[in-house]
Amino acid sequence: MKYLQGKAGWAILIALALLFPLVAGNNYQLYVMSLAFIFAISTAGLNLITGYTGQLNLGHAGFMAIGAYTVGILTVTYEWPFWGAFAMSGVVAGVIGFFVGVVSLRLKEHFFAIFTLCVGFIIYLIIEKWDSVTGGTVGIIGIPGPAPIGPITFDSAISQYYLVVFFLVVSLWLMHRIVNSLLGRTFIAIRNSDDLAQALGINLMRNKTLSFVLSTFYAGIAGGLYAGYVRFLGPDLAGTHYTFDMITYLLVGGIGTLMGPVAGSLLVAWVTQSLQFLQDYRMVVFGPLLVLLVIFFPHGIVGFYYKKRMEREMKKRAAEASRAQAVKKEAGTNA
Amino acid sequence: MLKIENLTKQFGGLTAVRDVSVTFEKGKINAIIGPNGAGKTTFFNLISGMHQPTSGRIIFKGVDVTRMRADQVARLGVARTFQTTHLFDNATVFDNLIVGHRLRTKSGFWDVVFNTKRLREEEKACRKKAEEVLEFVGLNHAAYRLAGDISQEERKRVAFALALATEPDLVLLDEPAGGVNPEETVGLAELIKKMVRHGLTVCLIEHKMDMIMGMADKIMVLDHGEKIAEGTPAEIQRNPVVIEAYLGSEHAAA
Repeated sequence: MKYLQGKAGWAILIALALLFPLVAGNNYQLYVMSLAFIFAISTAGLNLITGYTGQLNLGHAGFMAIGAYTVGILTVTYEWPFWGAFAMSGVVAGVIGFFVGVVSLRLKEHFFAIFTLCVGFIIYLIIEKWDSVTGGTVGIIGIPGPAPIGPITFDSAISQYYLVVFFLVVSLWLMHRIVNSLLGRTFIAIRNSDDLAQALGINLMRNKTLSFVLSTFYAGIAGGLYAGYVRFLGPDLAGTHYTFDMITYLLVGGIGTLMGPVAGSLLVAWVTQSLQFLQDYRMVVFGPLLVLLVIFFPHGIVGFYYKKRMEREMKKRAAEASRAQAVKKEAGTNA
Repeated sequence: MLKIENLTKQFGGLTAVRDVSVTFEKGKINAIIGPNGAGKTTFFNLISGMHQPTSGRIIFKGVDVTRMRADQVARLGVARTFQTTHLFDNATVFDNLIVGHRLRTKSGFWDVVFNTKRLREEEKACRKKAEEVLEFVGLNHAAYRLAGDISQEERKRVAFALALATEPDLVLLDEPAGGVNPEETVGLAELIKKMVRHGLTVCLIEHKMDMIMGMADKIMVLDHGEKIAEGTPAEIQRNPVVIEAYLGSEHAAA
């Protein structure tokens, strides 16, 4: 498993994503994969605030919907070009995220979770009831797809798939930067213990707010991509079940790990697809599968991989240390 | 160094700390003792800014810190440890320590995006600091062990190291020898004396009397949130009020 580390690991995973269309039998598989990647971007955002910073945000889908509706409203009602609207999707979600964060992050633990659950529901209600702007229950139809950039067009399923892959890679690369820096360590310190982090001179409110804004920015961008990919929107996107789907991806893939959101959203998407033939009964299979996974892989798939790797490293170190000691002893007897 | 005037903290109807005034001098070991529930930890929480006092003043190095947040107080040079040490168990000891120096760095989000020189230098400084404090507390050998695998005594040392990484002037230690055996307690007491030799001021809460009596320059006794005595270890041992608080009045007469 060593080849999954460092630059080589990135290269292999990116190559796999790029080669997927060659093995995909039809456009439907590309569609499933693209949507899974879009949700992976949003889940990566949720992972930052929940997995790394330890604040369970149950309104995450609301921010994804804000990003999606930003694109939908700006392109359809105001006839903005797609890319301008897309750029705004992350910004609008982030700005609203800032104001929600400043208020909600005053609460801790489950109080925060319940508050954000309500925020998510309020976002859903606003989208559903504000007919004149959001189209209410009918939603927004006829959203233009991504406009061509120079000679590159995004008309075919493959090109749209590659566009999504591009944004996924950029998102993960930035996330990698964040979580491995001093900033990421600051977030992790807050997750470990609020009190200890504070005693170490970390400004809780400022760091939590930054993490929250970044997470909503990710949700917004994912929403913007979703709008350009699916081309129609309904208030349903802000529904809490999407938030809980994303939490499932986190648990399956590995909460607080970089690749966890991707592994989770891919696996759940494909398991769900392959259970499609069971129709309504598929949850009967899916539910127990999830329970087994949580029992035997409590840190998710990627978390399990990290844990094994860590154990191997510790063993290697211990072996090295004992060998060094043996050498020292030998040197002692020779002298 | 630290001057406290008429400090009071009420939680609803309960007065956890009542009208305590005390001065901790620079370069000394100050101990706070008292029966369980006497308000010792609350007293620490007030000094370190975790709780806001109901009334009174806290002056540290001539600056009024009464209404400051915990992170501001920490930046001014007050570090603390907790009764239980929360470490990130799935990371190495060394990894756990890097964040300790974060408060002396300035890198923000944009430094991360552009991987600026400042960020790279500050990360290096944090690593260097982590190595330094590990060396100081004598845990070099455990640097790359998982924080979840080390002993209780080693955890205490890591907690000290984290506090030291913030470059404090005053260190508040909440039961530094809680849950460790007598031999290890001696080692930790040595470490605390070493901290003082390096110019730090220490204030500790502890129940282990032999440790306290052997090392403290000054002891303050709290009972039901009130300061009932203050003085050198010898004075405290003779003080009838203290004996009464600990053992009941019939012993005080004897």
